Amino acid sequence: MCLAIPYRIIELLDGNRAFASTGNVRAEVRTDLVKGLEVGDPVLVHAGFVIEKIDQDYSEELESLWSRIRDLAGEDR
Amino acid sequence: MPTCGLSRVGSILKAIHRLAERPMVLMEVCGTHTVSIFRHGIRELLPPSIRLLSGPGCPVCVTDQGDIDAALSLARRKNTMIATYGDMLRVPGSRTSLAEERSSGHDIRIITSASQCIDLALENPEKEVIFFAVGFETTAPATASLVLEAADKGLHNLSVINFHKRTPPVLEALALDPSLRIDGFILPGHVSVILGHGPYSFLAEKYGKASCIAGFEGEDILLAIADLCLQIREKTPRASSAYPRAVRPEGNPRALELLDRVFSSGPARWRGIGPIPSSGFAFRKEFSPFDAIMKWDLHVPQVAAPEGCRCGDVLSGKITPRECPLFSTACTPIRPVGPCMVSSEGTCAAYFRFARGGNTVWER
Repeated sequence: MCLAIPYRIIELLDGNRAFASTGNVRAEVRTDLVKGLEVGDPVLVHAGFVIEKIDQDYSEELESLWSRIRDLAGEDR
Repeated sequence: MPTCGLSRVGSILKAIHRLAERPMVLMEVCGTHTVSIFRHGIRELLPPSIRLLSGPGCPVCVTDQGDIDAALSLARRKNTMIATYGDMLRVPGSRTSLAEERSSGHDIRIITSASQCIDLALENPEKEVIFFAVGFETTAPATASLVLEAADKGLHNLSVINFHKRTPPVLEALALDPSLRIDGFILPGHVSVILGHGPYSFLAEKYGKASCIAGFEGEDILLAIADLCLQIREKTPRASSAYPRAVRPEGNPRALELLDRVFSSGPARWRGIGPIPSSGFAFRKEFSPFDAIMKWDLHVPQVAAPEGCRCGDVLSGKITPRECPLFSTACTPIRPVGPCMVSSEGTCAAYFRFARGGNTVWER
């Protein structure tokens, strides 16, 4: 039930609403929970509400984990 | 990081196999993770030293039988419409389900977003529209938004029978359970989108448990397992994240603000686990007119689980579904006895779909 689907914002509407699409699916979503959305933003949608923008898959923590994994797997940097 | 997906997964698996020298018990807390672990065959890829338990991460499954009976009693009222997410329709109460009440002529509507309740209330002024709300922190902000909009519009024929639940208190109950001996938690990705990292820090600080927020692709889950193996082997437990593309350390401040405006914390009953203090979302006094339990002076009964049903033990990771005597015999997805067989994210439904056979790897 905590499933959230990645969509892309295609049109901002008034009243905390927007159109978003994923593949051939186009849906009206609520934007109450995330400020500053722009057309083109990739977002996560749960139960009809945008719950977060999707960012690049990077953090120092994750990079450090990958570094440890490469060492353990015996791979060259 | 390696760029090819298969190469990345291969590297993570090599690391996990090197790290998992001693037996360790990990629990995935989210029902979507349970399904993803089966779908990607992750148990088969892990070394035998790692035991994966499924936890209480399906909101339908953890909704107490008495709470379902209370919602059913509202559904039978005259001039009443119940709106709820589709997963709740077939969950059996003590005598009927919402699906059966609908067949008997009562007005039960399936919605995909809480905001649809506004239109239902506006279009049906002669009816009391009651939103039967379940779900964790991922879902509760939409209910908070609904209540704020209903208050703003002055809607008096809309209320919420609210059984939303908070995740950190149930994690604490599991960490404290001596029979489980969990070494680390695979934390729910989309609950964490709302909460951020902070609310999990007690797991390491108070209980010495490893924890890592995971996404929902196979690689995301394997990355989190590798991180947990490192934390456990090096005795450096903390609340980490392997899902930074969606989860900010501070969570979603706007969603947290809405939750805090509408709700405070209160006790909640979890099926099979019992009452857990501060694990529910109680309406703040200002919004009590939207609380269906108060509005209708509703009695929420305490009800025993159906005879033989061991959903409670499944939800707390004490048994696997195949150890329940009803699994796949009296209890199937077509005729479910307990809620874990109803929702597609329920542990029993996932086992029924992916692991009905005799492969012992699923019992790990």
